[in-house]
Amino acid sequence: MTTLVDGSAPQTRSERPGHVQLSDRAKAERILGWKLAGPAFVIMLAVTAYPILNAVWLSLYSYRLTDPSARKFIFLNNYVVVLTDGLWWGAVLNTVIITVFTVVVELVVGMALAMIMNKIVIPRRTLRTVVLIPYAIITVVSAFAWRFAFAVDTGFINHWMHTLTFGAFSETYDWFGGHWSAIFAICISEIWKTTPFMSLLLLAGLAQVDSSLEEAAQVDGATFWQRLFKVVLPNMKAAIMVALLFRTLDAFRIFDAVFVMTGGSQDTSSVSLVAYNQTISRVEVGMGSAVSVLLFLAVLGISALFVKGFKVDLSQVKGE
Amino acid sequence: MESHVSDKTRTWLGVVSIPIIIYTLIPILWILSLSLKSTATLADGKFIPHEISWDNYRLILTGDARGLFLPALANSVVVCLVATFISVVLAMFAAYAIARLEFPGKKLILTTALAVSIFPVISLVTPLYNLWRTIHLFDTQIGLIIPYLSLTLPLAIWTLAAFFKQIPWEMEQAAQVDGATAWQAFRKVIVPLASPGVFTTAIITFFTAWNDFVFAISLTSERARTVPAALAFFTGASQFQQPTGAIAAAAVIVTIPVVILVLLFQRRIVSGLTSGAVKG
Repeated sequence: MTTLVDGSAPQTRSERPGHVQLSDRAKAERILGWKLAGPAFVIMLAVTAYPILNAVWLSLYSYRLTDPSARKFIFLNNYVVVLTDGLWWGAVLNTVIITVFTVVVELVVGMALAMIMNKIVIPRRTLRTVVLIPYAIITVVSAFAWRFAFAVDTGFINHWMHTLTFGAFSETYDWFGGHWSAIFAICISEIWKTTPFMSLLLLAGLAQVDSSLEEAAQVDGATFWQRLFKVVLPNMKAAIMVALLFRTLDAFRIFDAVFVMTGGSQDTSSVSLVAYNQTISRVEVGMGSAVSVLLFLAVLGISALFVKGFKVDLSQVKGE
Repeated sequence: MESHVSDKTRTWLGVVSIPIIIYTLIPILWILSLSLKSTATLADGKFIPHEISWDNYRLILTGDARGLFLPALANSVVVCLVATFISVVLAMFAAYAIARLEFPGKKLILTTALAVSIFPVISLVTPLYNLWRTIHLFDTQIGLIIPYLSLTLPLAIWTLAAFFKQIPWEMEQAAQVDGATAWQAFRKVIVPLASPGVFTTAIITFFTAWNDFVFAISLTSERARTVPAALAFFTGASQFQQPTGAIAAAAVIVTIPVVILVLLFQRRIVSGLTSGAVKG
């Protein structure tokens, strides 16, 4: 598509007489380009760059909203407090565990789902429609649905587990009463909600793998797993890495499900929830800003790791 | 592609799709079932309610919880529609320029959009909370619409830029050869061609705004609260009663429009979600 546009455009221009006119046209195109794209660009910067710079500045102060007169410049002291606090590291650990667990499961299940959707014939359209529903459901609604499903009183999961294990699993098991079981419930809600999106991204990548390659391997006697790992996956590596990068960053920001399902009890706080509690619940704006800046740096670090470490080609991303 | 699939595989895949569909629908069916149960049978653990009760819907639509739910629904609709509208209009111009025109800084705009979209939302909350309180935007609809642009605008730019790259631009050139200016060509030729992409982008953008919880819960306290935030603050009819049924009913109400949109525009939404993400 792009080559077609690029190939034909200069041709049309060179047909126009005179060099002066051409450069005028190019100049006009430049101005029009920025006139059209400028407002969106400026607004994107205004709603993100300004607040984050403001956060960096606020993080250097001891500043509690209820007591503005006591505001004091304390340089990096907020960061020292945060980074030496067990609460922060506990939240980091929770966030990393949730991120790694959900992204790995989503990748495996999403890939299986994508392969099924790629080959399926009979309920093709139904399957693709149904799979879109979790993507479109509000995260808070998904979190409530799973909270109610895991709950002892309003749930069904305990009843099913009880039946499936022939009574070995207690019907009154309190999922939200323990750290790991609560984390597991949060992960299930996240996985349910975002696997379909992952599978659609992978399906788009899968559709670009030349099927004749796979058939050639099949003729040569390669097994299903050999074809998958030696032919299909290497040929869609770019799509997989992009999907992984986006999901990892998204999972690392986890807030909604934790807030709704546990509210941070049983030490299940995520990094985002810690930032929220500092700023909104405790109105410690300085401390909250420090946590926000640290989270921002963590996201930058993950992106850098993917781009430099795993060589994710971001020019592949989003149509460029 | 399908022709290479044998009959045996075809049947097998058809069978496999059934558990997938069930898995996908289970939490939704569960919340639907809870919303239709009476308080007495709420904890019976059954998927099919013993007896259908509309009490929960009555509670949030005409009963005591009306004051919590209906204003939140109105806020959600207004805030998300306005944020979607602003983003799609701005993104339309930007994406046209990116897909069509040659100008320095194109890459910068796309990179910025990418960077903004991976931004941890909560990092924006602290400074905005402080600023909004100072300039009296806290707990207002405008105070939500502005930060929503950080979620919706980059998404809209990418999705639209991908759509716009697939448009047959020769038609625009033909119009320009016939004497139309660049602006006229854009308005008269490209806009009609681009409207399906614009429409799809609007749906995806709307979903994103509709889904927001972080901004809604942090930057509002009562008047401008949207549905996701209101759900988290629902209380039962009395302090001894769990709000489970009311939350379930409210969740069903806000889920229905989304499911209808998905059913109607499945194919377009999929192409919108993926066309931008993977080179197509």
